[in-house]
Amino acid sequence: MLSSLLSLLIVSAIFNNVIMAQFLGTCPFLGVSKSIETASGMGLAVIFVMVLANIITYFVQALLVWANVAYLQTLAFILVIAALVQMVEIILKKISPGLYKALGIYLPLITTNCAVLGIALLAVKKNYSLIESIVYSFATALGFLIAIVLFAGVREQLRFSKIPRSMEGFPIALITTGIMALAFMGFAGFKLPF
Amino acid sequence: MSINLKDELYRGVVTENPIFRIVLGMCPTLATSTSATNAFGMGISVIAVLICSNMVISMLRNIIPGKVRIPAFIVVIATFVTVVDLLIAAFLPSLYEALGIFIPLIVVNCIILGRAEAYAAKNPVLPSIIDGLVMGIGFTASLTLLGSMREFLSSGMIFGYLIAPFKHQFILMILAPGAFITLGLTLAFINFLQSKES
Repeated sequence: MLSSLLSLLIVSAIFNNVIMAQFLGTCPFLGVSKSIETASGMGLAVIFVMVLANIITYFVQALLVWANVAYLQTLAFILVIAALVQMVEIILKKISPGLYKALGIYLPLITTNCAVLGIALLAVKKNYSLIESIVYSFATALGFLIAIVLFAGVREQLRFSKIPRSMEGFPIALITTGIMALAFMGFAGFKLPF
Repeated sequence: MSINLKDELYRGVVTENPIFRIVLGMCPTLATSTSATNAFGMGISVIAVLICSNMVISMLRNIIPGKVRIPAFIVVIATFVTVVDLLIAAFLPSLYEALGIFIPLIVVNCIILGRAEAYAAKNPVLPSIIDGLVMGIGFTASLTLLGSMREFLSSGMIFGYLIAPFKHQFILMILAPGAFITLGLTLAFINFLQSKES
């Protein structure tokens, strides 16, 4: 049980990385990766929201199935996630101004992060239990944090390099991500020892 | 108010192309451009959702209070996405299998909410429908172009038809790195053309 959870953690965070292999959450990945500081802020906010969203959508899904309206899944999930993000923002502002200051500006951006909805839908599709779903969402968000911080590191260096005019901005960012994705592909076929 | 369809089409496909000019909706672009067929299927689904949501949002634009407009738009969009999702699952099971999670994720596609907020919420019904159509065509055309390039480079085929029988297959192009690199180079090429023009 524990080893299967551990392998789920490693596979979802590294091998099947949310950006590099699944293309979820590319917009904030490209948008908020100008410096390592903002990238890690965004990454932490995503971990926070994604785990909460997966816990809540687990029960929402159970409720939908119980009421025999499972086809309302997409609609229900996106509304729950949007409401959740708003609530987290308000609660953080009240109880932890320090954390709010660190994560605050990233929270509204997360509603449009397709990774949050995507991972919630995938967890349902894969029939995960509550614990598996929590581990899965935490690991995926951790993978996002790793990817965005690594990428921000590369991008900080990119500022000092000479880049052809037409490659500036998005093109060079995408190609850099492509090369990083190539590196992440090296994990494919790697066998876990447990 | 008369609408010049040709000008509108030019706006959707060239000057305000959602993928190449405004760079919105990266996730589905990267994920569903593995082949021309998948890309085209995704494009058509987005056109359907975009036209319907633009139409309904434009009809309701004077009824929805400004403060709750974003959640209201999302409900409208999610309804049509669910319809499209169920239709594809019923009639095109192989496409459903290939696009997978990215059909329900049309809900959070920035292009659709972007058009609702920027256009449909301020304009009458007919222009909004046309705006949805031309933006959808722009999205579909660019997505299909990317899909064709990746499919061609990896297997020499476009839409499943063999164009150039390569001796070796360049599998990388249909994998994740190929998606990023193809889109990056295409954007760079478009920037290059633009700099030549001016």
